[in-house]
Amino acid sequence: MSEAEIKTSLESADAKAPPPKTSKWDEAKLELRKAPLSAKFGLLVIVSYVFAAVFAPLLTPYGESEIVGEVFMEWDEVHILGTDNLGRDMLTRLLYGARNTVGIAFITTCVAFLIGGISGMLAAILGGWTDQILSRIVDVLMAIPQLIFALLLLTIFGTSIPVLIIIIAVLDSTRVFRLARAVSHNVVVTDFVESARLRGESMGWISIREVLPNIMPPLVAEFGLRFCFVFLLISGLSFLGLGLQPPTADWGSMVRDNATLITYGDITPLLPAGAIALLTVGVNFVVDWFLHKTSGLRDGQ
Amino acid sequence: MQKILNMVAQRLALGLVVLLVVSLIIFLGVELLPGDLAQAMLGQQATEETLIAFRKELRLDLPMHTRYLEWLFNILQGDFGRSLANNREISELIGSRLGNTLFLALFAATIAVPLSLTLGILAAMYRNSYYDRAINIVTLSSISFPEFFIAYILIFIFSINLGWMPSLSNVSADTPLGERLFVSLMPAITLTLVVVAHMMRMTRAAIINLLASPYIEMANLKGLSRARVILKHALPNALAPIINVIVINLAYLIVGVVIVEVVFVYPGLGQLIVDSVQKRDIPVVQACSLIFAATYILLNLTADILSIVTNPRLLHPK
Amino acid sequence: MDNKPESEFLLDIRNLSIDGQSGEEWLDIVKDVSFTLKRGQMLGLIGESGAGKSTIGLAAMGFARPGCRISGGEILFDGVDLRELRRQEKRSLRGARIAYVAQSAAASFNPAHRLIDQFSEIPVEHGISNKVDADADAIDLFTKLMMPFPDTIGFRYPHQVSGGQLQRAMTAMALSCRPDLIIFDEPTTALDVTTQIEVLATIRNIVDEFNTAAIYITHDLAVVAQMSDKIIVLRYGEKIEEADTRIMLSDPKEDYTKSLWAVRSFTKSSEPPEHEKVPLLTVDHVTAGYSSKEMILKNITFEVHRGQTVAVVGESGSGKSTTARVITGLLNPKQGQILFDGEPLPADYRKRTKDQLRQVQMIYQMADTAVNPRHRIRDIIGRPLSFYLGLTGNKYEQRIRELLEMIELDPDVFIDRYPGELSGGQKQRVCIARALAAEPQLIICDEVTSALDQLVAEGILKLLDRLQQEFNLAFMFITHDLATVRAIADRVVVMLQGEIVEQGTKDTVFSPPHHEYTDLLLSSVPEMDPDWLDNMLKSRVNTSDLIT
Repeated sequence: MSEAEIKTSLESADAKAPPPKTSKWDEAKLELRKAPLSAKFGLLVIVSYVFAAVFAPLLTPYGESEIVGEVFMEWDEVHILGTDNLGRDMLTRLLYGARNTVGIAFITTCVAFLIGGISGMLAAILGGWTDQILSRIVDVLMAIPQLIFALLLLTIFGTSIPVLIIIIAVLDSTRVFRLARAVSHNVVVTDFVESARLRGESMGWISIREVLPNIMPPLVAEFGLRFCFVFLLISGLSFLGLGLQPPTADWGSMVRDNATLITYGDITPLLPAGAIALLTVGVNFVVDWFLHKTSGLRDGQ
Repeated sequence: MQKILNMVAQRLALGLVVLLVVSLIIFLGVELLPGDLAQAMLGQQATEETLIAFRKELRLDLPMHTRYLEWLFNILQGDFGRSLANNREISELIGSRLGNTLFLALFAATIAVPLSLTLGILAAMYRNSYYDRAINIVTLSSISFPEFFIAYILIFIFSINLGWMPSLSNVSADTPLGERLFVSLMPAITLTLVVVAHMMRMTRAAIINLLASPYIEMANLKGLSRARVILKHALPNALAPIINVIVINLAYLIVGVVIVEVVFVYPGLGQLIVDSVQKRDIPVVQACSLIFAATYILLNLTADILSIVTNPRLLHPK
Repeated sequence: MDNKPESEFLLDIRNLSIDGQSGEEWLDIVKDVSFTLKRGQMLGLIGESGAGKSTIGLAAMGFARPGCRISGGEILFDGVDLRELRRQEKRSLRGARIAYVAQSAAASFNPAHRLIDQFSEIPVEHGISNKVDADADAIDLFTKLMMPFPDTIGFRYPHQVSGGQLQRAMTAMALSCRPDLIIFDEPTTALDVTTQIEVLATIRNIVDEFNTAAIYITHDLAVVAQMSDKIIVLRYGEKIEEADTRIMLSDPKEDYTKSLWAVRSFTKSSEPPEHEKVPLLTVDHVTAGYSSKEMILKNITFEVHRGQTVAVVGESGSGKSTTARVITGLLNPKQGQILFDGEPLPADYRKRTKDQLRQVQMIYQMADTAVNPRHRIRDIIGRPLSFYLGLTGNKYEQRIRELLEMIELDPDVFIDRYPGELSGGQKQRVCIARALAAEPQLIICDEVTSALDQLVAEGILKLLDRLQQEFNLAFMFITHDLATVRAIADRVVVMLQGEIVEQGTKDTVFSPPHHEYTDLLLSSVPEMDPDWLDNMLKSRVNTSDLIT
């Protein structure tokens, strides 16, 4: 066998060029087209809600807490969804509720993510005592059921909006911590992180450039899930009278205020409750699709 | 065997420590109240003497650690103090309500656990069939619904429209079992619907994960029947993850119970804690929180220990 | 099936095509492969990873893994097309007439059941035997397969038993119903060289005794030479060549086959430079461990001189990787020190200067986890340039391109790619470029070719050799593969259980007289000679005798 022949064979082993590149935009558009019906539905829901939340004042004829008629009026042409227990327009309240409830839930989730995400990453990267202490604190915080803990703290600190946000964000950050720590840990033990350490890279560089890009997919999925949970929790607390206080339009307390209508066979109180359910369903469908794409579970033969 | 006992003892000790720390947090929480408790409770008009007497009654004049230990000691003997709202013995308030809540939770669990395990295992076995996909959508929606939504829908359909069930679930100490079951049916079903969805999804995920193991492929390559592969090869290894799933959801039940009790006006611990929070009846809130937390910790501890005891690597060490 | 005349071939595969799912598409992974197998014959299926060997092996049982489907052809087992059978019928064949021995025995045994129960369930479930007889047969087979304590080992659980023993137990399990055909899927790849030879021998003997036909799947050419009667070479899912073993070894027809055989012939051509007075790296009486009680390294001393390659050889548990960790400063030694250019290095890497860190670079075994999947090639290679050398702008860009050319990758094609788009060998080249970018004097190569196919590995070794000559680099090459050592080392350090048992120039170490363990290592490396195994077994020393 000649040198030349062998050389050709050997070189061809490694010279295979990678397939041509597609732009990120094209890939994204392709993914969207291939998405299942449920995911498309979810995306539609989310977009509509965001739209309603942002443009609420422009979409409604009345003010958020304006009393416009008698109490518990039926659905008619003027008040499409009737009026509530104080005579305020239901439709207006519903739209403003989007802004308040969804907005506050979103902010709370972001804060929870900041706290939990950063501390989780630090715990995994620094290890040692930092990890031990943070983990023990989280263990203890998670030993008390979230709703109960929230009730306890709300009793103590009151129910103003900033307090509500902080309490729930801190409680929920524990779950984010656990996830961030777990996925960061998987990255921290890889050879490329070791290689960066041996190079002499600083902790900051390693966290932001090595670890963070690799933990984004699970964190993004978790953001969706945590948002749902926080959203349901806040609505639940408001329903119990312990969340957002009147006259702020909020779906949870709207259910509570109008609950008596059920006994008269009127489904109006189910509307805010349904609004809550619909958004959560939408987000869950999208997250489910996202997880399915990134976990790549193969299906059987 | 020795190793297992050690691990179990360790977990128990850890559980105890966590419980103590939690009790400390619950106790300390109140200490963080801005301002003076006595002033806050009695209002601006209270005279100096009343304030002093109040503080003495609540033993606020003693140093913190003494109060904590005294509080803890009393609780261990069953004395939770008195309610600020109506001055009744808290243990009395809690007494029957705790039983009611446990009854409701147990009722829901008895329906939910077998149902979700079966559905979950079937969904995992027949992955991606129409059954599986339909169940996926249904449960995904179900876990998205707030409990009060489901509760009001059920009330709307079954109480108002069809008139089959009462919309209020009132029980007392001497309600006979049959009536108790009937009256608690709607709240129990509400709880079940939410929990089943969670549990079923988790079970399905755990079983699918298991079925992807190499030893399951090996079992198939040995020509064993499908039933045998699932029952003899998959299930023994599924005990740990399934137990974990059940316990997580039972713990979740404890929380779900709160909202359900409020909607159905069921006289349980959940309703008590919500009422007390609204009235800012702090001793009651503390007592209820402690009980809920203790139950939660106990459940997690049980899950931990059970998963240790069912791990074949630990049962048969090298 | 009773009245059918016995077919000429036990297994007759005709035009087999298998597709594999990648995302939403189906790709061809096996294309139109045909071959036959007679009763009692052993067929060796060789090829690099991705060639489709395992997939074909499983297809011989009518089985396709999730994500694969058999899309065309016929699989005739004893005259019956497996593709036509119903699930129930296929199931009755599997385990009973066709058995499978997986690559990883540890993962293929159910952790919840005893070994003997997992053995017996096959004949019992297939209605061939009862539990008592099956258990007795198990013990008998364990004895034949030379497992320790054959009477009782079956009653243990998988995690209580070692890898080599599990592999034998799995072979026994495959034989439980005396199948007509056994498929061995890389059964010795995960084992140490010294264990491998024993397992190979036992497999060969038992297959001969029961006159079982077998398909032996491997990527190791020397192993397949020992085991099989005929060989099929696969590449990218296609059959390249088929011939009887002796004929194929002495007279291969296809270029690809020839290139595979030629692989083991590369040896470094150059002479190592003269020793300088001060060695580049000195490992000075190092004793180190991870816990305070157990020491993994015991009094290790050796040197690496400029421009030289020192191969550190040993099996798993010898401490070779730990030595690398001490040198790079990840593990502080309990005693001893590391000297670079005569000056002691701080034991902890965090206390070393940037320049000290720059001088010693490391390349890892698995290129997949050694590069950040979210970084482009340009960033991976470029970081040391900006970090150590402060390069920016045009000079930076230019240098990256130079480095890519040095590693024989076209800059225009690869510079903006992500690691996921590259093959294993290409990724390893990128790791080499990254190490070179720092302009070090010493590069530690930790099993850098062990995870690669032989052709690709050969390419990497040649590249490293060329770079060494061009830049006068010193290499510390950690490996367990003696063929690699023969190819590239100037000096050899042999390690066993944390101690150096022998060191010296390559020629000194490889020619007798040498330490018993070195002898054992050398003799365990399969040669391309089909008679090697038999000859070797006659003059065998046990590893366990050396460890006291």
